[in-house]
Amino acid sequence: MFNYTFHWRPAFQALPHMLSGAVVTLQIAILSMIIGVAIGVLLALMSGSGNKIFRGIASTWIEIARNTPALFQIYMAYFGLGQFGIHLDSFVALLAGIAFNNAGYLAETFRGGLRVVPATQVRAARSLGLGSVSAFRLIVLPQMFRAVFYPMTNQMVWAILMTSLGVVVGLNTDLTGVTQELNVKTFRTFEYFALAAVLYYLIAKAVTLGARAFAYRLFRY
Amino acid sequence: MIEIENVQKSYNELKVLDDVSLTVQTGEVVSIIGGSGSGKSTLLMCINGLEAIQGGKITVDGVEVHAKGTNINKLRTNIGIVFQQWNAFPHLTVLENVTLAPRKVLGKSKAEAEAIGRKQLEHVGLGDKLNVYPGKLSGGQQQRMAIARALAMSPKYMLFDEVTSALDPQLVGEVLDTMRLLAKEGMTMILVTHEMAFAREVSDRVAFFKAGKMHEIGTPDQIFGNPQRPETAQFLASVL
Repeated sequence: MFNYTFHWRPAFQALPHMLSGAVVTLQIAILSMIIGVAIGVLLALMSGSGNKIFRGIASTWIEIARNTPALFQIYMAYFGLGQFGIHLDSFVALLAGIAFNNAGYLAETFRGGLRVVPATQVRAARSLGLGSVSAFRLIVLPQMFRAVFYPMTNQMVWAILMTSLGVVVGLNTDLTGVTQELNVKTFRTFEYFALAAVLYYLIAKAVTLGARAFAYRLFRY
Repeated sequence: MIEIENVQKSYNELKVLDDVSLTVQTGEVVSIIGGSGSGKSTLLMCINGLEAIQGGKITVDGVEVHAKGTNINKLRTNIGIVFQQWNAFPHLTVLENVTLAPRKVLGKSKAEAEAIGRKQLEHVGLGDKLNVYPGKLSGGQQQRMAIARALAMSPKYMLFDEVTSALDPQLVGEVLDTMRLLAKEGMTMILVTHEMAFAREVSDRVAFFKAGKMHEIGTPDQIFGNPQRPETAQFLASVL
């Protein structure tokens, strides 16, 4: 009933190659977070603004990002934009798709974060003679950052895992892409993907634990 | 000297302050008493410009608070205020709470600010809590920290907005003691309070507010012993 013989040796021999794929995976995840945070903050501010058009753009973005499959969002960046003559390469299309998704989720996180800090905190800061910018920077921002820190960490893990979707737009340099190429050449599917899964797990765990250690030093109150 | 002249303040249709005039001399302690919604707290917020006014004017040492060209942040360094909800900054230690404004607003060095902070915290009996986060303190301790935070700016005036109202009864005494100490040291104070016995004890004058109007002002003995207005007598009968 079980006549598959494991061949781990070639998989381990391919490890350096897979690790270089993991570096690309991390690159895409980190870049997508930087872009996602920047756009997410913007969307959060837009959705809280008085301008109807800004609110409309923000809510459309957030709705689509959160309620459609990430795979489709990446397809849209690759094939969808291609229809309009905008040809992104696999790396950029994947990055754009994940950043789009990140921005939508993070916008909601930041919107909640802004609400965590009560207006009375600003009032107390202003009453001491601090200007409005200083009050925001010294009192609101640090408290908001704490509120959004763990949700941001989750999104980072999610971004790392989403990069595996790059394989559908032909990316062959990230961890999944490299693994897939090895698989196609050797048909040792289980061994290669099991090893890749372990690597994904280790990266994700490292991010979570690293963030927790960082938070422990940062948020002592 | 704080001069409040014919101040009008309203939220849309609702009149919160109606033609209020009051002059507080340097060194004086004035208590404001009255029911909720009588405008007493709002008046304090207007004095340091946290609230706008629609008519009249307020001047502090000759500077008009609500005038366009006034440097409100500079003015506020002279006017300390302590709120009902003490509003400790939770992400800063007790000492950092107190040294923040001296450093960032007055431009003092870290060492200078910490010397001031230590002194003020010892003054209010928190000398052993310097490196604790406010979340670890009781309400009374947080409120005393808020007083030290305001005092660290060496203000000429202190405004107290029902500072004991949100405290558990057994913690009220320690905060009142701190205020009593300040009054003795000659600090100019305006306090909005529901602690009638305390108001009677520390005040030079007591003002009674109702529905945005100042109905009566006089010495504690006058107001508590022999109120002239039926509104005042009625209010005191209901709370004493």
